[in-house]
Amino acid sequence: MTLAAPRPAPARAPRRRGPGRRAARVGRPRLTWALPGLLFFMLFAVVPMLYSLYLSFCGNWGGIGSAHLVGAVDWQRLVDDSTIRQATRLTIELTVLSWLFQTPIALLIGVWAAGRQRHRAVLSAVFFIPLVLSSTAISLLFKALLDPNFGLAHAIGPWIGFSDGNILGSPNGALAMLVFVGGWQFMPFHTLIYQGGARQVPQMLYQAAEIDGAGRVAQFFHITLPQLRHTITTSSVLMVVGSLTSFETVFLLTAGGPGSATTTLSFAMYQNAFADFNYGYASALGTGLVVLSTLLSLLMVRFTGFGSMRSAREGM
Amino acid sequence: MTTKSARRSPARPLGGRLARATLAFTLAAGLCLGAAACSSSSGAGGGSITVYTYGDGSTDIQQTAVNDFNKTSKVKVDLVVVQGSDYTPKLRAAMGSSAAPDVFFNWGGGSILPYVQAGQLVNLTADFSQAPLKGAFLPSIVAAGAVNGQDYGVPMRGMQPVILFYNKALFAQYGLQTPDTWSAMQAAISTFKAHGVIPFALGDSDNWPSLMWLEYLVDRIGGPSVFTGIQNGDTSGWSNPAMSTALGDIQSLIKEGAFGSTFTSTGYNDNAATTLLGTGKAAMQLMGSWDYSNQLTNHTAFAKNDEAFTTFPAVPGGVGNAADVVGNPANYWSINARTKNLSTAVAFVEYMAQASYEKALLAGGWITTNSDTASLLPSFPNPAFGEFQFQMVQKAPAFQLSWDQALPTTVGTPLDTEVGKFFAGQVSVSQFESDMASAQKSDSSS
Repeated sequence: MTLAAPRPAPARAPRRRGPGRRAARVGRPRLTWALPGLLFFMLFAVVPMLYSLYLSFCGNWGGIGSAHLVGAVDWQRLVDDSTIRQATRLTIELTVLSWLFQTPIALLIGVWAAGRQRHRAVLSAVFFIPLVLSSTAISLLFKALLDPNFGLAHAIGPWIGFSDGNILGSPNGALAMLVFVGGWQFMPFHTLIYQGGARQVPQMLYQAAEIDGAGRVAQFFHITLPQLRHTITTSSVLMVVGSLTSFETVFLLTAGGPGSATTTLSFAMYQNAFADFNYGYASALGTGLVVLSTLLSLLMVRFTGFGSMRSAREGM
Repeated sequence: MTTKSARRSPARPLGGRLARATLAFTLAAGLCLGAAACSSSSGAGGGSITVYTYGDGSTDIQQTAVNDFNKTSKVKVDLVVVQGSDYTPKLRAAMGSSAAPDVFFNWGGGSILPYVQAGQLVNLTADFSQAPLKGAFLPSIVAAGAVNGQDYGVPMRGMQPVILFYNKALFAQYGLQTPDTWSAMQAAISTFKAHGVIPFALGDSDNWPSLMWLEYLVDRIGGPSVFTGIQNGDTSGWSNPAMSTALGDIQSLIKEGAFGSTFTSTGYNDNAATTLLGTGKAAMQLMGSWDYSNQLTNHTAFAKNDEAFTTFPAVPGGVGNAADVVGNPANYWSINARTKNLSTAVAFVEYMAQASYEKALLAGGWITTNSDTASLLPSFPNPAFGEFQFQMVQKAPAFQLSWDQALPTTVGTPLDTEVGKFFAGQVSVSQFESDMASAQKSDSSS
């Protein structure tokens, strides 16, 4: 942090009393420097979050007139709602499947892209393309491709067990497509993270391993993978939180269907707020989602030892 | 700021040039905005009213009416076209803010119920008993826009009954009868299925097209009173025997392949269902009258030569009248009670009764709901279709507003979702009934 932040002006600058002065002496930025960022974050993240916490106690408020506190009816309904239980199960499935699909491929491509092979730069650039496309464009493109009557699905379907091309119209097919399209879009991003991580691994480790007679596979499993421990955590936290809150792909590709087969928590929240106009219930759901994803990220950071900030190269 | 002049000027740091360009541009933009603001606010008499309308292919008809109205009005009308799929949420957000429209498009019934309950709409009942609104529109259409017997809406678009469209060339090819009886429809389903043609195109992935099937079947089996009861808050109506029979009929239709096998991933909003019918891949479609203008645009030859239309057949053993119609009787303008220019707003909605507006709608493919529409039908682009539609609605003993519009949004939208689940085979008949009853109960309790 100290490396990146510009040093505050030395002695001649007008001094302030109190902790700010001491902070200046140790070369850390004053708290006031964070003020614009903090204000922005308060105004556009914390305040809305608190407001939706408030709305979640306002019952069935439809956005007309002013909201009034009525108690925890929406939270009670949230606990009892079988649709939400199904959405929770589905969101977990989507998250786990996305992680299983994206991590191995992104890891392998990332480690490969960290090397110095021929055509590496060109191919890396090609792999990167999906990330610079908009989610909307990607979802609409795949929706057109997967149309059972006029899209490629009619031709491809029979090969993968959908004789009539009804991939998006079957619960499992629709879920699989969400995992696939989301993965196709975000894998380049995680590839990039892994590429950066793999570049950081000191060459001498590989040289030492080579002297010991370790082959490429052994080097990958005994050096690259352990050294990428923190990178895997970073990428996984991003992936898990991203899948928990992923919305556009569901909205545009399946709209939660067929029926409610792909109605994830975030889509259910949207539906409750902007289709059914039940802002109270949607706020309860949204607040729950915030708590859940925060808890999950904290757990993952704690569980993987990422939080203790121990270097992967200790003792070197 | 052309490149030519920039090149001729002595070499300066790029930053300076860029800064000057930006400044000039900002100033110019600011001037334009200022001028625009001036011209609109300094109009004779001052002030304007904002009108929200639903953005689709017919919006230009409303825009023309607004332009004509503005020629004579001191207070100008500003038409805001809101993209169709965003219309309801955007209206809801605007109505709760200080930037609420003065006049807005709606579907009557449940779509305006929350605004009526919050006292946000102008009661127009008295206006309908005097000129120019008195006797201008068909009474049944005006009544369909009312809430608790009070009028809040002036019809501003034509009627949209749900019609059974079919491809008469395909029917002739396989020697089939018009599908206006249950047995003829069943014969058509099995014949088309055997020949690899989808019997009914159905945009089920949008949910609401599937609801039309339930609406017609319940009406034909149990009559219009089944849903009227539900609409009046009787949640036991969801488990009325007519509802169970209709849901059972839908299950057998699905099982016998009446909708093909890919309907759960076929949409209507993306034109898929319309294209299936228009290209002969499907033989029939149950859809609102607006689909005709879609076909006319996208599959002109089909719409002109091969497309035919009929009423939904009676169901054997049902007590409903086969002349009953479901659909959207019309769309309406309603006035925000907080408007600062009430007289202009009223004058604008009354303008909809003008003969010039009626003719513009007719020319645009709409069957208007004015009292004198019958005499103007020969000027409709396809007189046979116009006549059929008008007769169908005029003779209908009951014109049921689409259920998802008639019910409050907090029940109507979950109904669409539940219908989607039912067609996808995710809920049984009894579960559908109990889900809907509890959705309606939880809505009225809170």
